[in-house]
Amino acid sequence: MKPAARMRLWGMIRKESLQILRDPSSISIAFIMPVVLLFLFGYGVSLDAKHIPIGIVIEQPDTATQSLAGAFESSEFFRPRHFDAIQSAQQALDKRQIDGIIWLRNNFSTRLLAGNEAPIGVIINGVDSNQANITQGYIQGTWLAWLEHYAASRGQPLLIPVSLEQRVWFNAALSSRLFLVPGLIAIIMTLIGSLLTAMVVAREWERGTMETLMVSPLHRGEILAGKLIPYFVLGMGGMLFSVALAVWQFDIPLRGSFWLLMLSSALFMLVALAIGLLISIVSKNQFVAGQVAIIVTFLPAFILSGFLFDINSMPDWIQFITLLVPARYFVAILQTLFLAGDVWPVVLANMGALCLMLLFFFFLVWRKFNKRLE
Amino acid sequence: MEDHPLRFTTVSKRFFSGSHQVQALDEVSFSIQPGRVTGLIGPDGAGKTTLMRLATALLQPDVGQIHVLGHDAVAKPLEIQSSVGYMPQRFGLYEDLSVQENLDLYADLQGMLLENRPARYAELMHMTGLAPFSKRLAGKLSGGMKQKLGLACVLVRSPRLLILDEPTVGVDPVSRRELWQIIYRQVQKESMSVLLSTAYLDEAERCHEVILLHEGKFLGQGRPDEFSRTLVGRTYQASAVGISPRRLQEKLNRFTGVIDALVEGETVRLVMETAQAPDPKTLLPELADVRILPIEPRFEDAFVARLKRSYDQGRSDLIMDLNISANEGDEVIRVNNLVRQFGDFIAVNRVSFSVRRGEIFGLLGANGAGKSTTFRMLCGLLPVTSGEVAVAGHDLRQAAANARRHIGYMAQKFSLYGHLSVAQNLRFFSSAYGLRGNRQKERLAWALKTFELTDYSGTNAGDLPLGYKQRLAFAAALMHEPEILFLDEPTSGIDPLMRREFWVRTNALAEAGVTVLVTTHFMEEANYCDRLVIMAEGEVLAEGTPQEMKARAHTIGQPYPTMEDAFIQLIEQRKAEREAA
Repeated sequence: MKPAARMRLWGMIRKESLQILRDPSSISIAFIMPVVLLFLFGYGVSLDAKHIPIGIVIEQPDTATQSLAGAFESSEFFRPRHFDAIQSAQQALDKRQIDGIIWLRNNFSTRLLAGNEAPIGVIINGVDSNQANITQGYIQGTWLAWLEHYAASRGQPLLIPVSLEQRVWFNAALSSRLFLVPGLIAIIMTLIGSLLTAMVVAREWERGTMETLMVSPLHRGEILAGKLIPYFVLGMGGMLFSVALAVWQFDIPLRGSFWLLMLSSALFMLVALAIGLLISIVSKNQFVAGQVAIIVTFLPAFILSGFLFDINSMPDWIQFITLLVPARYFVAILQTLFLAGDVWPVVLANMGALCLMLLFFFFLVWRKFNKRLE
Repeated sequence: MEDHPLRFTTVSKRFFSGSHQVQALDEVSFSIQPGRVTGLIGPDGAGKTTLMRLATALLQPDVGQIHVLGHDAVAKPLEIQSSVGYMPQRFGLYEDLSVQENLDLYADLQGMLLENRPARYAELMHMTGLAPFSKRLAGKLSGGMKQKLGLACVLVRSPRLLILDEPTVGVDPVSRRELWQIIYRQVQKESMSVLLSTAYLDEAERCHEVILLHEGKFLGQGRPDEFSRTLVGRTYQASAVGISPRRLQEKLNRFTGVIDALVEGETVRLVMETAQAPDPKTLLPELADVRILPIEPRFEDAFVARLKRSYDQGRSDLIMDLNISANEGDEVIRVNNLVRQFGDFIAVNRVSFSVRRGEIFGLLGANGAGKSTTFRMLCGLLPVTSGEVAVAGHDLRQAAANARRHIGYMAQKFSLYGHLSVAQNLRFFSSAYGLRGNRQKERLAWALKTFELTDYSGTNAGDLPLGYKQRLAFAAALMHEPEILFLDEPTSGIDPLMRREFWVRTNALAEAGVTVLVTTHFMEEANYCDRLVIMAEGEVLAEGTPQEMKARAHTIGQPYPTMEDAFIQLIEQRKAEREAA
């Protein structure tokens, strides 16, 4: 690099860094936003079903029904309430005081002793289908466990032929925090890389300073590098900060290698920056750039990346769209590196996808950004 | 090495905005002389900014060649950009960087060696007077200081060609004078070549050479006095006893053979079509004591004479038949110790003045002097921090809505709805003031006729030419026949011809009994006001008639001071008082 070119680039980087330091919004997006999001998702949001309010209706109490009711009461998944009649339980369900009803009819014990089919009635509020599925699964699990226990205590063989033994890997406690927090790092980096960068560059257009940069001897590559490097550093800083919070504040294990995490994060950061630059070059207006960045980067990263919602359960055509969302690949890498370890096939495949996106977006930026005002 | 630092050869440039195209430049050819200041003069939309962007290789010409310092602008943009200094209209400063940091950035971008910097910095700081402020953020500088910093940044590595896009717009006269001194110093010391555009025609006379541009076409090039010389024998000064200069101007303007009539102090400046001395008897038969003296032509006369032919000017009998409901009392607006603070910043500091019915009252000052803030408080748009404001007898702190019915307001950037037609805009503004039914129809017909907008009534406001936009904004402010009209910088950014048209209408309004308050940063426009205040840094420096203002600046060395001289004198007096205190 020639001395003059180094001086120009250094001038750009210093200017950009000073602006970042003096602009409270940059610092807050890079360091305060991660804290807010991490605490919100680490403590506030939980996708686990616990303490589900259910109603239990026992038409003819005896030892068997009491033992079953006890099984639900002792489960951490449920918070049962007793009702005398099915009608009052249904009313409570209508009022959403409870999410489900377990209905033991008056012939429960006789049918149970006779070895007939499962004689309990289950009514679940299906408004929230996801929650209903979970509730149904837990009720079934509790019921089967009790049945097995009951049969064993009476020296009888269990009448159900297959017994299911579940083992959950990588997140044995099935805590949603463990997969939400690593995924959040992708969201935070998208915010810094795309939203912040798009708005900052658009601001130069708006204030007319871009015209001065363009008319200076800066080369196209120097302007782009001068913009990329400071925000790359800022984004990686935000990333390290989030990782530190995840590991030390939220006790998320980091089972994979730290350097692989850094490498893949750097790759994703560059993709996010390239998208941010592209948006600002096309829109040239802070408001539009901000809106576009939210719609094409932040929201997809939130909804379509597998951070919150499972991609495999989406309709096929939406699954196809997720292939275009860079955060999807990075969320997969993050969740793998944090919870499973260096699973090379997964990490490499996703990094490969990110590399392709990086080339694609940089090509577009290079094509679209020239030192002219047209 | 080429002789001309800048040469255009049959350059054309078009822009497309939506479906229609704009011919920004049409086969423009010229070259500028080395070591000279060349002024680029032309009305708004003449293509001045496009020309400068082409010269700095920010745009590419559709047709033609551009050579800058011997380089072809299309083939070698980087070579050009490393030896040309360009200050765009918004001077490209980083407001969140300090004065020093801005300079450093420009020095870095220009690849200036570190060892050469301290000497140059010191020189520039001394020249611009910015040395005490080197640590201050650029955003916290006053308008004039920002402009000087912008210029210092561009000059950091003495460019061989300096291109400045309207460097003096909105800057106070003192800073303007200093900017010119800096530019001239560069030309003399470093034999720099300068191309600058300006909206102030008096500045054209400070240039060595002038290029006249109009609607994308090159109209001529030459020394300013070469332009004015074509008018020798055609410029006169008229004065008459027993008639206000405004009325006199109105009468003279209607006379065929008069190209231009302009109020200048107590006299009216005339530009005639032929070099024949006008006879006061035929010109103004009803007036007895008319004196018409020949005077030296100046550049502005030539400019107006040259462009007025192609310009449709409201010369028809302009009578504003308005039905003004006059309140009793002579004093329409009274402002007493008005203060407005934004945080610790005092935008308006103990301002007091009063305005009488039917007056044209001016608030004169540079950008940032507090004119617009004062205005917004008078219109009830901004709460007052302390002090009294009474408009048409209403106390604004209590009955803002009531007072507002008596006032019309035209904002700086003509707030019109671009996607509504002329008639729809007028209908909307009239209904906003409660006009409906026949009354509304009458007013609409009046507005279209008085402002000659009938042909455009179906056109969307956004597609109107600038001059018509201003007429529409003017009409919209008058739909409810206000007794007081507020005009905020009505002439900023429009060319001298439109400015003349604007003042003709404003005069007619005043004759119809409307009280007009107007802000402006064009010093010479103060001459159109009956009375005015001069403002700087939120304070009123002086109040009085234009004659009184100028009389203050009268000295032996300055027998005929202009309003600008008066302004500069006031500022310097204030500075001296502060230093003494």
